[in-house]
This record gives sequence, structure tokens and C-alpha cells, in this order.
Amino acid sequence: MSEAAQSTPVADERIKEISALRKALIRPELGGIVGTIAVFTFFLLFAFDSGMFSAQGAMNWSVVSAQFMIIAVGACLLMIAGEFDLSVGSMIGFAGMMIAIFAVTLGWPVWMAIIVTFVLCTAIGAVNGFIVIRTGLPSFIVTLAFLFILRGFTIFLPQVIERKTIIGGIKDVAEGDWLAPIFGGKILGGLFQWMGDAGLIATFTRGSRQGQPVVDGIPMLIIWAIVLIIFGHILLTKTKFGNWIFAAGGDAEAARNSGVPVNKVKVLMFMFTAFCATVFAVCQVMEFGSAGADRGLLKEFEAIIAVVIGGALLTGGYGSVLGAALGALIFGVVQQGLFFAGVESSLFRVFLGIILLGAVILNTYIRRIITGER
Amino acid sequence: MSSDKTPIIKMQNIEKHFGSVIALAGVSVDVFPGECHCLLGDNGAGKSTFIKTMSGVHKPTHGEILFEGKEMHFADPRDAISAGIATVHQHLAMIPLMSVSRNFFMGNEPVKSVGPLKLFDHDHANTVTMDEMRKMGINLRGPDQAVGTLSGGERQTVAIARAVYFGAKVLILDEPTSALGVRQTANVLATIDKVRKQGIAVVFITHNVRHAMAVGDRFTVLNRGKTLGTAQRGEITPEELQDLMAGGQELVQLEGSLGGTV
Repeated sequence: MSEAAQSTPVADERIKEISALRKALIRPELGGIVGTIAVFTFFLLFAFDSGMFSAQGAMNWSVVSAQFMIIAVGACLLMIAGEFDLSVGSMIGFAGMMIAIFAVTLGWPVWMAIIVTFVLCTAIGAVNGFIVIRTGLPSFIVTLAFLFILRGFTIFLPQVIERKTIIGGIKDVAEGDWLAPIFGGKILGGLFQWMGDAGLIATFTRGSRQGQPVVDGIPMLIIWAIVLIIFGHILLTKTKFGNWIFAAGGDAEAARNSGVPVNKVKVLMFMFTAFCATVFAVCQVMEFGSAGADRGLLKEFEAIIAVVIGGALLTGGYGSVLGAALGALIFGVVQQGLFFAGVESSLFRVFLGIILLGAVILNTYIRRIITGER
Repeated sequence: MSSDKTPIIKMQNIEKHFGSVIALAGVSVDVFPGECHCLLGDNGAGKSTFIKTMSGVHKPTHGEILFEGKEMHFADPRDAISAGIATVHQHLAMIPLMSVSRNFFMGNEPVKSVGPLKLFDHDHANTVTMDEMRKMGINLRGPDQAVGTLSGGERQTVAIARAVYFGAKVLILDEPTSALGVRQTANVLATIDKVRKQGIAVVFITHNVRHAMAVGDRFTVLNRGKTLGTAQRGEITPEELQDLMAGGQELVQLEGSLGGTV
């Protein structure tokens, strides 16, 4: 081959320039962006007067969305790495219960209860990962086992120890603790007080909280959601490790051949998912002041649905944290929006099923565009 | 190959037994820098076992491997890769859903520091990928184009370019052309030619004699775990190679043409 032919390859005349629309289509966040716009348009048109977009209403669906976001970030990175975790919901219940047992029953300082619970739960996440890696079994089955194991313990332990399935009194023991407010506190209280005084947001007109704004700060839950999303997004798209996550889920064998530590990546992602579930649990326990054996039920599926709406492929190797966050936002807004709009809440499940199906079909289509299959 | 050059890799009397099965029964091959050494053989001849021994996947039961004149004992494929022996597999080389640039740097990601963070240097990765692809004659739409949109031949070329960029001295190509069409095969063979001219030793495994004849400098035929010798280009005809692969029925006639190397 001559030098000239080497330096100037001819463009293949059979490859058409792809349109901007097609280019936009292969961004994983697209479904999430379109869905978010659609959902907000819908509720602005049909439920604007319901109070959904007042300060209180907005805070309501923001908190619910933030809950979904926290577990969706973990589920998203794990799914891109090619694995599932069905034990997320049980992990939420289990983590909450362990904090209650440590802090209330055993009387440990709350900060210690929180830290020990984080260590314990991420270790269980690592066990999940190691079993998947060592046995080569589908993570679906391994984590399904942990779904039952953890839920079983969450019901069994409080019954044996306290003879009940809900342990309360956490608010009292968390009083004055330095770590508890990082999960259960609120920030920017002064700003909201000022907005209340200035008449920008509604204030209570009677009762003991007269004059205080109806929304008295941003819950740390929302801050955690934002921090986890930013962390997950940068990790996935901007770091070396992010490339390994894509590679591990795209084709583990090819990744191994290129020297990517696939096993390490997968185990770490299982641990991160467990970490996110624990963040959710601690925030919830600190907000409610109690831990219940039924907490976190079905959360694993809600996390997976949010991730799929956000454009990730169930088969791994493709997806976006921002997309998953938008999926969680859609989830939260619709769930609370239907309530504000006065729609029978069971219809939410119908909606969920339809949107899930639509998202999976769209994702499959997008995958064909990316890989050029027909 | 002239005798004043030393082989970059020399495999001497390699034997590999798997339990009671003798996969390799004393195979000797040497490869020089800048040559394309074709390893031919029918299915089950021991080609895969042989290259896996060369690339550190298997340890030989007997025999020794000399790499750049020194005896080597590869504990695992990572050792072989860091020594400069890269293997490009027919499959399992590229991840279709990832961009060419992400694939190119998979496992070797360039990093830049932004404050306390060490981030994937996408700009550098994209520039290098576009450059290297252009050198190999592949016109990408952009570095973010997914590997899934490339043809099989282009994927092989990306994998080869990647191995070369990361400093391979010996490039083992495991049947790179067996699943390709005519045009794509020609592209891969042209790539092999370019790589060879950069002074890299290429070990080209194939069972297609015509592909081997197109780029090969020397030819070694494996049959039932043994080699029948190495022939220089021009000393052997495609028909003779074909017969050797098939079992060497015409061995007596061929001994002369193999130049006494049997």
C-alpha cells in the first residue's frame, strides 16, 4: 500500500452522515429528559391548582424523588457494570433496624450505630459481590437470596429482642449527636425563614409554629441525593474507573483481556449499592425516629425501574447516572402528582408498568442504533 | 531472515500435556523482529495451545522460551503483556457498546489531574485514537463512535493499532481473518504489513493458505502437535502448504523444497 493511500483514507460512501437527531438519540439520558418534560407539562396543565407546585407540594415530591435517586445511583452503576442487586429493599429495612437495635436497644451512641451499620451493610454488599464473582451465578439469583435472608433477619431480630416489629425512640437518643443531623437534619433554615417572612412562601397562620414557614429547610436527604448523583456521574464519565465500569458490563471477558480488574470493579459496585441503600435507611430512620421491619419493601424494583427509565440497558455496559436521576425524578413526581391531582393511587402502578415497558422498548431500539444492528 | 539478526522470541522443543493428552510434542519456532511468521495448521493441530504458551496463558510441560535472548517464565498473561507480547483475539477484543476511544484505552486510560481529582483525559484519548486510526487507514466519524458500528475487519485493525500503540514487540494474531469477507480481509492483511514494517514481530495464526501467502515471510505448519519445519517465502508453494496442513501425505517430495529445515 502506498504512503499516500495510507495517510488519506477515503470516506466510505455507504455511510451516511448521521443526523443531529440520531446523535441525540444515542445519548442515554434522552428518555429521561423527554419523560421529565412530559411529566412536568402534564402536571402543570392538570394539577397546577392542586398545591403541587407550592413550596410545600414541591418539597413533598422533591423528597420522594430524592429517595428514589439515592438508591437509583447505586443501582445504575451496578447495572452498567453488568449486575443487579435485588436485595436493596431488604438492605434498607435491615440497615434501619440495625441502627435502631444498636442505638436504642444496646444504647450505643448514635454516631457509632450509624458507622457500624455502614460498615456492616457495605460488607454484606461485598459478600453479594464475592459470591457472584466466585460462583459465576447470575447476580439476580444471589441477591434474590439476600432479599429473603436480610428481610428475614429484619423481622426476626426486633421480635426476639424487643417483642415488636417497630423500634422507636431514635429521635430522643439522636438528640445532640454530631453525625445524626448529617442524615436527618435540614439546612438553609434561615433562608426559608426569610422567604416566609418576605411572603415568598406560605407560613403557618396558627398553632405553635405560627409565623414559621411551611417549609423550614432542605432535608439532608436531598443533599445526599445531589451529592451521590454528582459523585456517580463524575466517577462514571470522567474517570478511569468509570471506563472500567462500562467495560466490565459491556463484555467482562474482553475487559479482562485488556487488563481491566473486572472482579474488583463488580465487587466495589455491589458495595456502593449497599452504601446507597444504607444512606437511604439512615435518612429514613432519622426522619421517622423509628425503624420498621417492612421498610424498603419493593425498593429494589423501583430503583431498577428508575435506572431503566433513565436509559440504562438491563444487559449492562450502557447507561447514565444523570438519566437514572431523571428516571427517579419522573417516578417521584408522578407518584406524588397523582395524589395531588386526586387520581386513584392504584393507577400509579398501571402508569409504572406502561412507562417501564416503553422505556425498555426505547432502550432496545437505541442499542440497535449504537451497535449498528438492524 | 538473515542469520545476523537474533530472534525476539525463540520457542524450543515446547511440549504441553493436558493430563494424558499430548497437545504439543516438541515444537520449535523462532520469530524475528519485523517479520510476519505464519503459523498454519488444521483444527486441532495445536495452534491455540502453542500461542497460549507463547502469551503466558499456559506453562509448557517441557521446553524453554527465550524472549530477547533471555529465558522467560510467564506466570500469567499480564507478565507476557508487560514484556511486550500482545495477543489479538478474533473475538473478545472490543466492546461494541463503548466508543472507539474508550475501547482503545481500555485498561490503559490516560489520566490528568484536575485539582485533587485524577480524571480520564478524554481529549488526549480522542486525539490519539483519531491519529492512530488514520495511520491504519480507518476514517472514523469521531472518536465517540461506538465500536459496534465498525466492521469486523475494522475492529481487528483497532485492536492491532491498540496493541502497537501500547508498545507490543510481538503481536500474536489469532485467526484475525477467519470470519471476514474479502475486502475486510485485505484491509487486515494490509494492516499486518504496516505493523511488520514498524519492526514488530507478527505471529499470524491462520488455516487459510492464501491469507498466509499474502503477507507471510516464513511459514510453520503444525500438525498433530508437531511442526514439520519452517519454510521461507518463495521456497514453498500454496499447494505444498495445503498438503502439509492436511497431513503431509506428500512429505517425501516436499523435504527438498523445505530446504532441509525439517
